[in-house]
Amino acid sequence: MGMSLEIKDIKCGFGPRVVVNGFNATVNSGEILCMLGPNGVGKSTLFKTVLGFLKPMGGEILLDGKAINTLSRKEFAKIMAYVPQVHSPPFPFKVIDVVMMGRTARIGTFGIPSRRDKEIAASMLERLGVTFLLNRTYTEISGGERQMVLIARALAQEPAFLMLDEPTSNLDFGNQVHVLQCISDLARNNGLGIIMTTHFPDHVFQCDGHVALIEWNNVFLTGKADDIITEENMRNTYGIEIKVVKNKFSETTISSCIPLIKTVMKLW
Amino acid sequence: MTSAGNNNNKGISPREIDDKSQSKREKTILIVLLVMLLIAAVISLGVGRYKIPLNQIIDILRSWITGKTDFKNNPLQVVVLLVRGPRILLCMLVGAALSVSGAAYQGLFKNPMVSPDILGVSAGAGVGASIAIILGFPSLTVQLMAFCFGIGAVFLVMGLASAIGRGTPATLIMVLSGIVVGSLFSSCSSLLKYLADAKARLPDVVFWLMGSFAKNSSYQNVLILFILVLAAGIPLFLMRWQMNVLAFGDEEAQSMGINTGRLRLAIVICSTLLTASSVALCGIIGWVGLVIPHITRFLVGPNFKALLPTSILIGALFMLIVDDFARALIAGEIPIGVITSLVGAPLFIYLMFKGRKEWV
Repeated sequence: MGMSLEIKDIKCGFGPRVVVNGFNATVNSGEILCMLGPNGVGKSTLFKTVLGFLKPMGGEILLDGKAINTLSRKEFAKIMAYVPQVHSPPFPFKVIDVVMMGRTARIGTFGIPSRRDKEIAASMLERLGVTFLLNRTYTEISGGERQMVLIARALAQEPAFLMLDEPTSNLDFGNQVHVLQCISDLARNNGLGIIMTTHFPDHVFQCDGHVALIEWNNVFLTGKADDIITEENMRNTYGIEIKVVKNKFSETTISSCIPLIKTVMKLW
Repeated sequence: MTSAGNNNNKGISPREIDDKSQSKREKTILIVLLVMLLIAAVISLGVGRYKIPLNQIIDILRSWITGKTDFKNNPLQVVVLLVRGPRILLCMLVGAALSVSGAAYQGLFKNPMVSPDILGVSAGAGVGASIAIILGFPSLTVQLMAFCFGIGAVFLVMGLASAIGRGTPATLIMVLSGIVVGSLFSSCSSLLKYLADAKARLPDVVFWLMGSFAKNSSYQNVLILFILVLAAGIPLFLMRWQMNVLAFGDEEAQSMGINTGRLRLAIVICSTLLTASSVALCGIIGWVGLVIPHITRFLVGPNFKALLPTSILIGALFMLIVDDFARALIAGEIPIGVITSLVGAPLFIYLMFKGRKEWV
């Protein structure tokens, strides 16, 4: 049963300042959309608008044709879950409690999680292979582990869509790959629609997703990674020189971006 | 995820999920505290200028339970049941109220350094009480004015924060508005003290501002405070899970399905009611609302499910013991606010050393 999230001609910003204008994108169940763009171009603003933290200044966001502003916070949370950047909260909650917080939308306003909610939370940790964190303290585990706990918390909401804010930043190389593997798995095998922001074009290639490249002055390029992440587009967006290399494996081809550093290349 | 993750695919045993030791520990702590509180309350009945041995207290309590009290011929019964009894009950209620509102505010503002008067409730109440005392109003009016001014100050802060934040006050703006309004009211208090008649009124104002259980300890006040504490405490207890989620910040709480604006307002109203009613009856008693939630978190962790009930008991116990010292140390009476600061500040420094890993 697929669902679709449509972002239609959205205009967003803070107060009187318009940051992004005229952005369009569609994400279906089982698809991954990566938002790529320079610092300060409005990725976060757009992201927060889709999540409903900021009111759109124009355009609309539709879930299966239904405008999201007609949904209550609770109804929205049952469909869309948010994985924030890794942070440390001020209080040392237990990991299982943090994951159970994802159940909030599915229990009564004055309720507390039941035994079943706890089992669901534990099964999400198990699904991500981090059961050993269950009784640990959230403030005392590593950044990579926290990222997994936050993903588990989002999954505990049992959403149809997942929005991840730079899920691979601040992680070591191994954990970056683990998280990408996990995201790809959630989309392909569990049918979640995924939107994530990232600073790494290679990650878009690696999880074989769609990409929305956000350039300055409200220029947006949306499509398959191989069509959008090109030498010319990267030059226009970031003012850098890159080479896209196609790496052939037995059955698949995975591209990667090689930045050309002037002093190393001795080209200029 | 990590290498340890890979050899952990054998599934979760029910024992792991349940973690009985945790909930058992929480229950044990609650029971031990409850017993300690009861013992402390009985002992406190004997503490004071007029020391009463334990066996006599038990006799008096027995005659009270069986309804054989005789206040005319038995002055000891008057001291225990009519003077110290209500004072001890009031003490415990105020300690509980301040601790719960402190715990709630620390979660709301995502900051363990916050105390219940962060939104200016104590400063406001101080002005209300000062005006009433200077104008020579009776003590009931003093209480009412302290209560109204306390709540009024918080209204002012919330209004200011909403105006600045265009309808959705961010917690930082709330804190800053609280500091501004609080210091505004504090300077009003100072001005009132300066203007007050130094012989007749000033001592009363100063003594009120330092906090005391001496003047307003009556069963009637105990009943009023009890009702208010229930009215504000029960909603807070019902919101315990949502308060946990709110500790992760507004955006995350929203994404998990919480109407954060409404929840925040409900917490502010309940906490303000708790603090304002305590302050109105007993004056400004600092440090309790800051330190007790820390001690409690230290014992049972940050989950409000355990934090709220445990901080009620620890707050009540702490206040009771502090008041015993206030009554017994010198011939007169030491203002309780002075002792809570004397005990609270070093305790807080100790806790900062203990917990510095988490805050730095």
